Parts: sequence; C-alpha cells; structure tokens
Amino acid sequence: MASFPEILGALAPYEWQPLVTLVVGGALVLFLRGLAAGTRPGGWRVAAFLLGLALMYAVTQTRYDYYAQYVFFIHRLQHLVLHHVAAVLIALANPLPVLAAGMPAGLRERVIRPLWRARPVQWVYRTLQFPPVAALLFVGLIYFWLIPSIHFDAMLSRDLYALMNWSMAIDGILFWWLALDPRAPGPGHYSVGFGKRCLMLAAVAFPQIVLGAYIVFADSDIYQIYDVCGRPWPISASTDQTIGGALTWIPSAMMSVLGVVIVLAFWHRHERGAEGRRARTAPASAAST
Amino acid sequence: MREMRTAAVTAMLALLLVACTSGDWRTKDISGMMPELAFNLTNENGQSVTAEDYRGKVTLLFFGYTFCPDVCPVTLARLSRILGKLDEDARRDVQVLFVSVDPRRDTPERLRAYTSAFGKDFIGLTGTQDQLKALNKRYRVTYGYGEPDENGNYVVSHSGAVFVFNRAGEARLLVRDSDPVEAVLADLRRIIESG
Repeated sequence: MASFPEILGALAPYEWQPLVTLVVGGALVLFLRGLAAGTRPGGWRVAAFLLGLALMYAVTQTRYDYYAQYVFFIHRLQHLVLHHVAAVLIALANPLPVLAAGMPAGLRERVIRPLWRARPVQWVYRTLQFPPVAALLFVGLIYFWLIPSIHFDAMLSRDLYALMNWSMAIDGILFWWLALDPRAPGPGHYSVGFGKRCLMLAAVAFPQIVLGAYIVFADSDIYQIYDVCGRPWPISASTDQTIGGALTWIPSAMMSVLGVVIVLAFWHRHERGAEGRRARTAPASAAST
Repeated sequence: MREMRTAAVTAMLALLLVACTSGDWRTKDISGMMPELAFNLTNENGQSVTAEDYRGKVTLLFFGYTFCPDVCPVTLARLSRILGKLDEDARRDVQVLFVSVDPRRDTPERLRAYTSAFGKDFIGLTGTQDQLKALNKRYRVTYGYGEPDENGNYVVSHSGAVFVFNRAGEARLLVRDSDPVEAVLADLRRIIESG
C-alpha cells in the first residue's frame, strides 16, 4: 500500500502551471455556480463535464505528467485524453448554458456576450469551425507535434511543451463540440449538418491510422528525444515507440467511430422531432385546403 | 478560448520562424531554453560542491553511472578524443562534469578512478537522490533503475546527451551521440573563443 505522503506526492503537479489551475478551477467554479443558479443539465451531463475536466487536469497537473514527459507511449496517452477522450466528454456535456448561467450577470451581459458577438470573434470562430478547416487543424496538430524535430524541441522546452498541451486540449474541445453539437443547423447559432459531421469524423480517422501505423512499423528510433532525456525506468526505445504508435492508431480511430454513432443518434432524434412537428401541423393545413 | 487559439497559432508560427533563422550552430542550440548551471552535489573527495565552484571554464555536463555498459564509456571516450583535438590553451578552458545518478554504487573513490581514465579534466560528481532529481529536472531529463538480477546488478536509465555551458554557466548546446565529431569540435571552439 502506498503511504499518505506518497499519494500526496503523486497528486501534486510535476511542474505546476498556474494557468491550468486557473482555467480548470475557473471552469469548475462557473459550472457549480451555474448548477446553483438553477440550470438542470441532467445527471450524465454533469458527470461527463466533471470527468472530462478532471481527466484533463490529471494528465497535466499530477505525477502523471512526469511520466508523460519521459515515456513516449505515456505522452501519446496524455494526448489521447486531451485531444480525444476528455474533449469528447466535455463537448457531450454541452456545458456552455451552465457555464454562462454561472457567470456574474454583469460580466456575462456586458463583456462576454458582446465580445462573443463581435464580428472578428465570430469570423475567427466560424473559420476554425468550418468543417474542412476543423478537420485539417485536428489532424494537422497531431502531425505537427509529432514531426521529430518539433517533438524534440517540445519535450526540451518547458514553454513549448505547455503550448503543445494547450493546443491539443483547446483544439480537441473545439473539434468535438463541432462534431457533437446536439443542435441541427438553424437561425441564431452556428452548427453544421449531421451528414457533413460524419464525413468530417471519417476524414480525420484515416490520417491518424496512417501515422499510427507508420510509427508502429518504423524500423528505427524516430523520437530521439527520449534517449536524450532519459527514461524513468529502463524501457526499450522500440517497445515504447510501438505502444505509442498503437495508441496513436487504434483508440483515436475508434473515437471517430464512436463520434459517428453519436452523430447518427442525434440525427435520428432530430428527424423524429421534425416528423413529429410535421404530423402536428399537417391536419391543420389539410383542414384549411 | 478562441483568443487563446489564435495566440497559440501566432506563437507557433513565431517559433517556426525563430527555428529557421537561428540555425548556424551545428549541434543543438539550447540558448534561452534551459536555465544556467546550478547544483548542490558531492565531488570525488566526498566534499559538498556547488556550480559556483566550476565557473570560469566551458563546462560539459553528462549524466551516467560507472557500471554503465555502453552509453557512458562510449560518450566519455568520444569527448576525450574530441577534447584531445583542441590546442593546449583551449583545452585548459574546458571541463567535463560526469554526474553519477547511481550514488548507491558510485562512491567518490570509485568515481575518481573511473573519470581519471578519460583525462584530468573529467570530474566525477554525485549526490543524494533529492540533489540528483533537482539537477535532472532543471535540465528536463530524468533517470531510473531497473530490477536487480541475482547478483544485485541493475541497469540505470539516464539522459544520453551532453549539455554544454559557457564560462558564465549559461546553457548553450546539447550534443548528441549522432552529432559528427567535426560539428562538436567546431561548436566547442566557437564557445571557447566567444568567452
């Protein structure tokens, strides 16, 4: 059994990043305030949001981060959580209404809402959330940080390392929010048709499979940085690389499949809702003719 | 969130630009990326020392252990060969700090015997686990121990690169095994000349 100081040590950040604590803590406070203000998002949405937030925090601000800095496959698992799993949970929780309700009204109405509606902000948001751009960014970031020379610098420089993890988390939330928004396109908000989202999810799966397979089947040591920086235990470079490649390949592609299933369920529910609305209005229009 | 996103993209492009324009070193330039040399360790005579005691010379820092079967002797022998190609004056300005991350087996006496085999400018250092962890973390490297076999021998995983500091103790270069000898030599001469 681990002793109490050992457990505390494992929960303490390896390298404390105040910005992560601030953003995760801030989101948690806003969310709890939103619940207290009377929003009722449903139990599973609350659970999904809290779990997603906790996972993001755990992989960056506990002892886990130490292993992620020195073992390639643990780093890949970290990005799988930031860019896929936790981001999916947060997007599925659809937390924006709760977070908005948790904000002080003055801040929300006088600062956040006008800022959000400002034309440049909307332009940037809609550009990033244009499906081809979103798909390219999603896959592009994975490829970019895995270019051996870029990966080398990211693991060596503290600032670049932080930037890498922030970029994965933010892009993950943006991408999965675009893919898993329960609303169909409509006036007053930006969202994309369900069919396009399925295509987008399929499109990002293949490049991830190709990259993962390339890493798994590579003959040589692609990521020298782990030799340079030493390992927390004597794991061989090739074993580490193979597991890391498999994590880049299989679970990431599975997340696309899962995403498509969820989108199809939304789509189905939306069509049923539309049929219901037609059925309700049909007799009235029939009577008028 | 959105602002951060654009800020991140801008920062990334800026970094790329920097990476493309400052590439005239032939080994890996780490200026500004790593902090200046600082540590509390024990020397080959069992005395406590700090980085201050080693200022004034160009310093090559390497982590390892004396029972190391391959990486350490190969790297130290290569450094010894490279330093041998410098002229007399330049050589006097360079020292190699070999920090053992296996203090349980590497006593000061053992370290002294080991480093003297590579040259008189090779200095062995070690310390407590806390001291070693602090120094490793400072340069974003780590180490760890394998399971001991029936004779009690175990493998130690450790950083495989050499960190180069100028006379003021500022981090300058990272030298890898894959860097050609001429490249290392050219960069070392440049640092020695620039003072």
